[in-house]
Amino acid sequence: MSENKNWQIATLVKSELASVNVKKLVFKINPSTVLGASKAGQHYDIKLTAPNGYVAERSYSVASPPEQTDEIEFGVQLFENGEVSPYLWQMKPATAGKSGDQVEIRGPIGGHFTWCHTMPGPLVLIGGGSGVVPLISMIRHWQKNLDDRKVILLASFRSLEHVLYRAELEKLESENQNFKFTKVLTNHEARIDSEKLKNVLGEVLAKMPMIYICGPTKFVEAMSNYLVTLGTNPHLIKTERFG
Amino acid sequence: MLINSNFQPKREKNDRLPPGQYETRDFPVLSLGPTPDVKKESWNLRVFGLVESEKTWNWEDFNKLPKIDWQKDIHCVTKWSKFDTRWSGVMLDEIMNPPAGGVKVSDTATHLIAYSHDGYTTNLPIEDIRDGKAMIAVSYDGAEIEAEHGGPVRLLVPHLYFWKSAKWLKALEFVTGDKPGFWETRGYHNYGDPWQEERYSFD
Repeated sequence: MSENKNWQIATLVKSELASVNVKKLVFKINPSTVLGASKAGQHYDIKLTAPNGYVAERSYSVASPPEQTDEIEFGVQLFENGEVSPYLWQMKPATAGKSGDQVEIRGPIGGHFTWCHTMPGPLVLIGGGSGVVPLISMIRHWQKNLDDRKVILLASFRSLEHVLYRAELEKLESENQNFKFTKVLTNHEARIDSEKLKNVLGEVLAKMPMIYICGPTKFVEAMSNYLVTLGTNPHLIKTERFG
Repeated sequence: MLINSNFQPKREKNDRLPPGQYETRDFPVLSLGPTPDVKKESWNLRVFGLVESEKTWNWEDFNKLPKIDWQKDIHCVTKWSKFDTRWSGVMLDEIMNPPAGGVKVSDTATHLIAYSHDGYTTNLPIEDIRDGKAMIAVSYDGAEIEAEHGGPVRLLVPHLYFWKSAKWLKALEFVTGDKPGFWETRGYHNYGDPWQEERYSFD
């Protein structure tokens, strides 16, 4: 059914934990068969075909920056009873003597929840759980095109071991005073509310920031409603909701 | 084609699902930004463009139009499908039928553009909203449509991917010539037939 619809074979070259329930999976791809220019914040479709012909497709956000064209990194959350994520988690990357496991992918996809360093204003990123993955791509894109804008990541996780890309984010924060990373751990502190948003975002809110919110529907609804109530122009807020 | 030899499906192949879709019992939400707060007391629907005389309904007048119940499967481009969703509302056929209180649409109109309260737009060929194919829905599952699902009033065109079913509907424009909308100019397919898997602009 979906043959010849621009699928390409991607080979796993690296598989490691980004948190207790999210894996970084890096695939080698052929940049010449990618469908159009990459932007930070996009996703790819991944397709699995069983020996009986059954096909499952899911979308996964990209964590690597658009500048990285020959290898692409996804952040994949494990759903124990899921159909696709357990398969992706058990895939074996390439080793010295053996090439890596393969899947079919196509993309990049999405032209709204994307950020480019040519856009003006501070960058505000608000993520819930694995919703942080596309925001990582934006942060890495900014790092490749460093300027003196403020970049704030405010993210909510279940516990410390659920914090995605923690070492990378904390290192960046210690090295770059324009980057601020605030994590909220819901196992021992209150969920992010209007007051928290005001405290963390502070004066940046008044400086026409671009705001990206990604996470579970309830989280995104709550965050975007708080921001609109605080007086933020809804057109500055881009959202991506997980089911 | 690649076969993932140790991939063990957890679901059955289901002919009711378009290619690449899976069934969900939830009702996920996809929106480009914050959910707008649209009150039905101040809600209007303006129908304009290539019509004999444009018309605007408020909530009360709109609800006097003939309504039907409709049970349809819906298919989101993000891969979920939901079976047997129950809606009630006014078919587009009524909106285009002057004796029923609708507008007279010019023979030169080829497309309908739907406008939402959050600035969203989407485009539909006129044959895809005729003959019982599209509804303006005011109720979901026996209750008012929740704001995050497009309430108080949303478009429903279930034979196309669900982004064509614009939420928070505020206006409909009949035009000659196509005018790709929000997602159609951001990498998604211009028509969006789930059975042909027309997800993206490169499909």
